[in-house]
Amino acid sequence: MLADALLLNLGYNATLVAIGATLLGISAGGTGTFLFLRKRALVSDAISHATLPGVGLAFIVMVALGGDGRNLIGLLAGSAVSAWVGLLCLSWLTRRTRLAEDAAIGAVLSVFFGFGIVLLTVIQTMGSGRQAGLESFLLGATAGMLRADALVIALGGALALALIVLLRRPLTLVAFDPDYATARGLPVHRLDLALMGLVMAVTVVGLKIVGLILIVALLIIPPVAARFWTERAGTVALLAGLFGGLSGYVGAAVSAAAPGLPTGPIIVLVSFAIFALSLLFAPGRGVLAALLRHLRYRRRVHLRQGLLALAQDQPIYERLTLRLLARAGLARPDGVPTGAGRARAAKALRDEARWADLRADPEHEAAAALYDGLRDIETVLTRDQIAEIDRRLGGPQEVTP
Amino acid sequence: MLELAATQGQTVQADTELAASPLAIRGLTVSYGEKPAVFSVDMTVPAGAMTAIIGPNGAGKSTLLKAALGIVTPLSGRVRVFGKPLKEQLARVAYVPQRASIDWDFPTRVIDVVLMGLYRELGLLGRVRPRHRDRALGCLRRVGMEEFAGRQIGQLSGGQQQRVFLARALAQGADLYLLDEPFAGVDAATEKAIIAVLKELKQAGKTVVVVHHDLATVTDYFDHVFLINTRKVAEGPVTRTFTVENLQAAYGGRLTLAQLDQLPQSAV
Amino acid sequence: MSGAEFVPLSLTPMLIGTCAAVACALPGNFLVLRRQALIGDAISHVVLPGIVVAFLLTGAIAAWPMMLGAGGAAVLAVALIEAIRRLGRIEPGAAMGVVFTSMFAGGVLLLEQSDTSSVHLDVQHALYGNLESLIWLDATGWASLLDPEALGALPPELIRMAVTLLVVIGFTWLLWRPLKLSTFDEGFARTLGMRTGLLGLALVIVAAVAAVAAFDAVGSIIVIAMFICPPAAARLMTDRLEHQVGWSVAFAVLSAVLGYVLAGYGPLWLGAQDAVSAAGMIATVSGVILALAARFGPCRSRTGAPQEI
Repeated sequence: MLADALLLNLGYNATLVAIGATLLGISAGGTGTFLFLRKRALVSDAISHATLPGVGLAFIVMVALGGDGRNLIGLLAGSAVSAWVGLLCLSWLTRRTRLAEDAAIGAVLSVFFGFGIVLLTVIQTMGSGRQAGLESFLLGATAGMLRADALVIALGGALALALIVLLRRPLTLVAFDPDYATARGLPVHRLDLALMGLVMAVTVVGLKIVGLILIVALLIIPPVAARFWTERAGTVALLAGLFGGLSGYVGAAVSAAAPGLPTGPIIVLVSFAIFALSLLFAPGRGVLAALLRHLRYRRRVHLRQGLLALAQDQPIYERLTLRLLARAGLARPDGVPTGAGRARAAKALRDEARWADLRADPEHEAAAALYDGLRDIETVLTRDQIAEIDRRLGGPQEVTP
Repeated sequence: MLELAATQGQTVQADTELAASPLAIRGLTVSYGEKPAVFSVDMTVPAGAMTAIIGPNGAGKSTLLKAALGIVTPLSGRVRVFGKPLKEQLARVAYVPQRASIDWDFPTRVIDVVLMGLYRELGLLGRVRPRHRDRALGCLRRVGMEEFAGRQIGQLSGGQQQRVFLARALAQGADLYLLDEPFAGVDAATEKAIIAVLKELKQAGKTVVVVHHDLATVTDYFDHVFLINTRKVAEGPVTRTFTVENLQAAYGGRLTLAQLDQLPQSAV
Repeated sequence: MSGAEFVPLSLTPMLIGTCAAVACALPGNFLVLRRQALIGDAISHVVLPGIVVAFLLTGAIAAWPMMLGAGGAAVLAVALIEAIRRLGRIEPGAAMGVVFTSMFAGGVLLLEQSDTSSVHLDVQHALYGNLESLIWLDATGWASLLDPEALGALPPELIRMAVTLLVVIGFTWLLWRPLKLSTFDEGFARTLGMRTGLLGLALVIVAAVAAVAAFDAVGSIIVIAMFICPPAAARLMTDRLEHQVGWSVAFAVLSAVLGYVLAGYGPLWLGAQDAVSAAGMIATVSGVILALAARFGPCRSRTGAPQEI
């Protein structure tokens, strides 16, 4: 069953939904990258919660006009309008009052959502409202979706994706350095609005599949996961799109195979699994790599400090330093240096003097900037340059380690 | 070898010196990520004097102070305040943070900020009595800010905010005062007021350590300098230590000729 | 409206709503000032997986295991957020977004997978609670407030919420100075010997306790709204923390009472038959109060941001 689902063998509708979810995931990952790089990830939470009153009002209006109220395009249009109003409230609160953005986000999110719940209870009491099924917008449901709805979602996902591809360059620039972007003449404010528009589009398209509570996950988790693998914005966006698309696809397929399972949570958990793997195992920014690096780094700092203390006959207070020196065969456990330790210590002190000379010399500014107390001077200067410094310093000549 | 050590100002120091100094630091390394901000620094602050910590931007001046105060956790090293670990001497230390590190929009008044300096004395629930209030007002008077006691802190100018912070430190009644860039971005009147108060403190036998960035005023204000650029460059009395060679060693190519021109003749 | 109708049907829900609102608004003041307002959002989302796990473990809907489960989930969420923020060097907002959505998704999935048809436990209930059902059946009128027998039949949610409120008030009162100082100037607080990290964690835990207790009675919408809206509105009314806290309590009470009344009687006044969601209406009223404060509050705009150095 699951294999069938993954291979899109579950019928036309399920296939359309899977394609829609994949496209949605890709565009959400891409859009979310720019939000994330702009450090405004949770703005999407306010936007998505703010869709609820729109859904409710659209339903009420459509019923009042004599329709059946469940027209997906109508509901999505309503949700887009109220999300936009929520966004306006958010920006008004942060610009016109002293409230910080996080408080404004929380206020908009909770108040709009609360009002949406009020509307939902109103709808439940309406004659035609009992079976409205608007609750499915909270957590998403793809089971038993109409063909037309599936088409709307697939097309919406494709549209959002196309917009991101179009706007990726200016958005990257704005996310990276808004001031520079302004100086370059880019309309930063309008690009920000465009980004919010994209977030809104993704949210609206995702309402039916993922639901409004969890759509933010699709905007936040893939970019965060992608960030662990690369330092380049463009690559982050691509990877985030890939992760998002994969999550959407797997989530939709699993849910199609087991109709009892809600689509949204599965999609979110798949993307979380990708995130967890990235957090732990990514080279560079991953936790394991960072931990190893930190241990190595701490060892270097302590060894270096220990050597300098040995060279100057200063007492060593840190037990870790002593232990590391002893383990490297540079000192006895009581802190008395071995022969090798003495030589290395002299070299360390000599290098410090060389660095001091180097850093006082304006000509070597670039090299001096690399000084961090640990770097070997041989990595920044040639042998001749070192010899030159040694001549200036006088004293004992080259000490071999 | 010994000569080399001496030129670096790293003479062999006995443990007794650790006990005598108001603030003694040994082998302090602080690192944000993989690059040390402060590397293996020793520092011995003389008692009853005004010491300036000097160095280029990003040289670890503020980090050194914060590590000494336990605000950031060092990778290695030990700090002694009047010969004991900082934890046992908190009552004797007052700190004036960098103005930019604070949320000035916080809903509180000038007088409340100064009263924060008395929190150790007041305890969790002790009432603020008229004598506490009078003491806080007295501290505000010393920095010339008494009339602003009821203002919201965000309404003050940068210099006034700095003076309020100094008043809070005064309220603590400490023996060692550590100030992080108190003269950064303040007006001339504030600078004068602050330095007058600091000199009063010195007269009263207190020890003052200031992270400072203006080389032109060092000889006027301070007795003692500590030059740092990730590592200690030099430390000692201003007259002997505040020299062009040492400055060049600390600032490297970043010390421009214009800056050198500003230095008083004594340094050159 | 007579006491015979009001006391049994409306008094207890109103009291519970009010206690919940105040218990959330008090720590909310500090969360808002610390730019951690959305911690409240995160906590209220992860309460669901907490109670679901507690239910699966104990197999029954009992208040204390569920509150423990929810509290545990909140602490776990905060720990995970911190871990991701520090270990992964991810900005706090995004770290929060990762954690609470994933945990919420896990909770929903567990809920769908387990048989909860026999008990009143579903996502809707988790979101909007069921304030209207917390009635006091044994009451006959105002006199019941003095009747020990009737008092014995008060809804247990009221007792729990009142106790929680007392805990929150006690915490705020006892640690007022450290909370204020460490929120304003953490570095200085540390030089006074305050354990600021521990204090921050304690604040989050107290917020979680309030959220969990309130959640049980009124659902998570109110929780988020009350963490943020009354304190945010209060901030715009005054420049003193002491007064701000007072305002926030007043706004929280007003939201709870007015929201409940509007939800229960508003539709009747408009000629409709049924009441609407009280939780949703309380959140809505708090939003209206915030909007009014943002428009007319005497301290609504920033007075003087620190000058650039």
